[in-house]
Amino acid sequence: MEENVQQFPPFREPPAPEVHAEHGHPGHAEHEAHHGHHEPAFLSKYVFSTDHKVIGIQYGMVALLFMLFGFSLMLLMRWQIANPGKAVPFIGLLLEKVLGQPAAGGVISPELYNSFGAMHGTIMVFLGVVPLAFAAFGNYVVPLMIGAPDMTFPRVNMASFHAFFLGGVVMLVSFFIPGGAAQAGWTSYSPLATTIPTNGQAFWLVGMVLLITSSLLGAVNFIATIIQLRAPGMTWMRLPFFVWAQFVTAFILLLAFPPLEAAGLLQLMDNVAHTSFFLPTGLAVGGRLADISGGGSPLLWQHLFWFLGHPEVYVLILPAMGIVCEVIANNTRKPIWGYKSLVYSVLFVGFLSFIVWAHHMYMTGMGQRIATFFQATTMIISIPSVIILTCLFISLWGGSIRFNTPMLFALGFLPMFGIGGLTGLPLGLAASDLYLHDTYYIIAHFHYVVAPGTIFALFAGIYFWFPKMTGRRMNEYWGRVHFWCSFTFMNIVFMPMFLQGIKGMLRRMSDGGANYSAARVPGAIDTLPDSIIQLNHTILWAAIGLGLAQLPFIINLFWSIKHGEKVNSDNPWGSTTLEWQTPTPPPHGNFKIEPQVARGPYEYSVPGESRDFSPQNEPVVKKAPVTH
Amino acid sequence: MSESSATDLKSSVRRCGLVFLAVACTTAMMISASFSHIGGWPVKVAAILAVAVVNAFLVAGFLMHLLTEKKMIFTVLLFTVIFFAGLLGLTLWAMQDFPVGTTH
Amino acid sequence: MDIPYTIEARPDTGLYNAKLGIWLFLASEVMLFGGLFSAYVLLRVGAPEGFWPHGWLSVTLGTVNTLLLALSAITTLLAWVACKVGEFRKFKFFHACTLLLALSFLCVKSYEYHDKWIHYEIHLKDGRIADGHLVEQNDQEVVLDGRIIDGNQEQLLYDLRAQKNIPDNEVRLERDNILKMENYGPRHNTFTAIYFTMTGLHALHIMGGCVVIGYLWGPGSRMWKTDRQRFTNRIEVSGLFWHFVDLVWIFLFPVLYLT
Repeated sequence: MEENVQQFPPFREPPAPEVHAEHGHPGHAEHEAHHGHHEPAFLSKYVFSTDHKVIGIQYGMVALLFMLFGFSLMLLMRWQIANPGKAVPFIGLLLEKVLGQPAAGGVISPELYNSFGAMHGTIMVFLGVVPLAFAAFGNYVVPLMIGAPDMTFPRVNMASFHAFFLGGVVMLVSFFIPGGAAQAGWTSYSPLATTIPTNGQAFWLVGMVLLITSSLLGAVNFIATIIQLRAPGMTWMRLPFFVWAQFVTAFILLLAFPPLEAAGLLQLMDNVAHTSFFLPTGLAVGGRLADISGGGSPLLWQHLFWFLGHPEVYVLILPAMGIVCEVIANNTRKPIWGYKSLVYSVLFVGFLSFIVWAHHMYMTGMGQRIATFFQATTMIISIPSVIILTCLFISLWGGSIRFNTPMLFALGFLPMFGIGGLTGLPLGLAASDLYLHDTYYIIAHFHYVVAPGTIFALFAGIYFWFPKMTGRRMNEYWGRVHFWCSFTFMNIVFMPMFLQGIKGMLRRMSDGGANYSAARVPGAIDTLPDSIIQLNHTILWAAIGLGLAQLPFIINLFWSIKHGEKVNSDNPWGSTTLEWQTPTPPPHGNFKIEPQVARGPYEYSVPGESRDFSPQNEPVVKKAPVTH
Repeated sequence: MSESSATDLKSSVRRCGLVFLAVACTTAMMISASFSHIGGWPVKVAAILAVAVVNAFLVAGFLMHLLTEKKMIFTVLLFTVIFFAGLLGLTLWAMQDFPVGTTH
Repeated sequence: MDIPYTIEARPDTGLYNAKLGIWLFLASEVMLFGGLFSAYVLLRVGAPEGFWPHGWLSVTLGTVNTLLLALSAITTLLAWVACKVGEFRKFKFFHACTLLLALSFLCVKSYEYHDKWIHYEIHLKDGRIADGHLVEQNDQEVVLDGRIIDGNQEQLLYDLRAQKNIPDNEVRLERDNILKMENYGPRHNTFTAIYFTMTGLHALHIMGGCVVIGYLWGPGSRMWKTDRQRFTNRIEVSGLFWHFVDLVWIFLFPVLYLT
């Protein structure tokens, strides 16, 4: 099939006149071509659009902004950890002006530190990574990849984005109410979450309800779209792995989030209506018996929270694995090794992820039998994860590897996720977890999986699909700078934390361990040695370096929209999947005629073909197309 | 067309009437079980819940047409039931299981 | 390209989009109410012996509500059948019944909530406990319609089923004698907490369902003229949601009222 060599600006031909004028423009401003029909107003085109591509970009932009904000919170925290009690330079005055008493003198008070910690986690997970990985990439790419004109429920899609946005607003607003934002960690454990005498937790819970609603609506949309709107010939086993990953992720969100919504509702009742769902009888606050009915169970909150909390981490990683798979297949010019294993593994991971949650709760006084059960399921779930990683690694063998920026990030993902995953094994085993729980080892473990793990994959996705969205490439040189600096600094930030955790440094200590250090209590056993405390300074500088390393990316992203090198085809990477067989950027409705899929997703370097890739909708000439 | 549609509607009304009657009966059964003195509490609760499941089956099966629904829907609901059972069962187990051999 | 399978079914799944969509949504709702039911079971199993209330809710009113909702489920189905056979007036009739039945349900529920709201448990300074419905109150005294029991007989308040026909008398209390006065609201104990939360969330779903069905009955019914099959599908899909709401009540009623 011939590739359409398209010129800029977009829109090669006018859509049919009876089509309602809601155009799927991505967020750039070039839309001067009037095609003899009514141009939609700014609001209905960019704010209230029902086109999955616009919604995908909306999610992407807002999520990236939230991630930047969450990153800044982390920088403030790392300053406090490295320099407890010292005023933050420059920004301290701003903090005092904006937040008042908790930041008196530009010093981050313990309460403020706690709220930064809680909100950093919440924002990064629920407002940053999930919307970017699942909603943004999923919305933009999945309908294109399966040959659909849009999602099954476009208006529900729009509602989903607005619920997410509103939830984010509620979360941000909570910083400015008296008492500040939530302080009880992103896990919001009762009774702390209920006994803190401020409204931050209530705001957090309301924000979570909105975010959960957004995710549920999105999940329904994704599942229905993937089941119902696959183009003719797109059988289940011809789906690109990215679509499988999004499918399983959507199912996880659909079924795991509601118990947290239920729990959130119960905790909100505890906070606002003074019920005792999670407050035990005899609870004493500040030395006095609390005026509550009692009869509740703090453990109940933990069970309901982690019932989502664990599947949530698979929500964070699966879309990333999908993106890495696409980028690797494309840049090795050969099919992915073990497609079937990948599919069965991802389905198995999705299923198992629902029955491993209590490995977050080994320290709650669980009996040996139940601990053994959860330990067993946790160990078993590592198997399909390893299979997926192994398939991706083996796919490199014998490939004709192109080391462009997306591929660099995808390659970087592999060992980073490997480290994150392997360091999770002592945490899955109950005996070793008893020692490592709530230490910096845990922080290092999960950050390795999400930060140099998922986020690298997301960067790969941005660099990879940018030409399809805008018709221009991002600058390759600065992309490499971004990669190498990020890779280096990520490792300097998180690798020392393993050591700190093993030496006993606990999480969520606003003084960076000073109270338990050898310097503070000389002669006591097992204090934190100076070398460990010193690492806090190293980590701070590396974190600042990491932040600076994102500047080339941010500038590159926005600059390239208007000034990037133009691509000379609709399929600049020479990819087989359907999203690259559309005009650039794809118009509203995506495909003028419904694609007929005749091939698998990764037909690269097929012997006998004229090119080193065969798009999925290119008919197979020699034998009849396989239909399901 | 209206002739057959009227009869369609009439037969639907008749079927629905039977389903309603069945629901009313099961409700009555639950209430009488609740006020009776059969066995201990656990037996009573199990009996009431069993009848409730039958009641739910009537509504889901006939009124929601679940009996004639497609495989895709069944698969989704099957997984839902499995995960709900996991949530309830494993949490109950976790709350009942305590470390043994810890007192001296 | 238009979105396919909005009205006709996709051949390999046999479903049209909205039907799959609503069942997926209902699956998530099963997990939502499932989470709440799990919380109920765990709180109840964890409660000390003899301190979980029995008989605080009127079985009669609960039964009435059960039958109202069951009937509304029937009329919902019949409304859809009427659409399928092309009888618009019958559809209007049946869904009007659905809405009326739903509103009656909500009225009964409000009465039950009000009954709890004015039901007080008052701890007196001399250790006795007064329990009953509020008749009147002013600065000097509080008048209840109930009874007074000794402080060490508190368990009597929990199992009302076991006590047959407790007489309700007028109880006059001086405000000075009152140590603590609390109504049977959510904060009173875990039973009222879970009762109000679960029935409250359920009632919100009923209201939501009423809004959707009301819209389809009223302004939305214009689609009958323009796109009959799509409208019928909407009635089916909203009907499925309504049946689910009935299903939740089928479990709520025995769990809260009968066990």
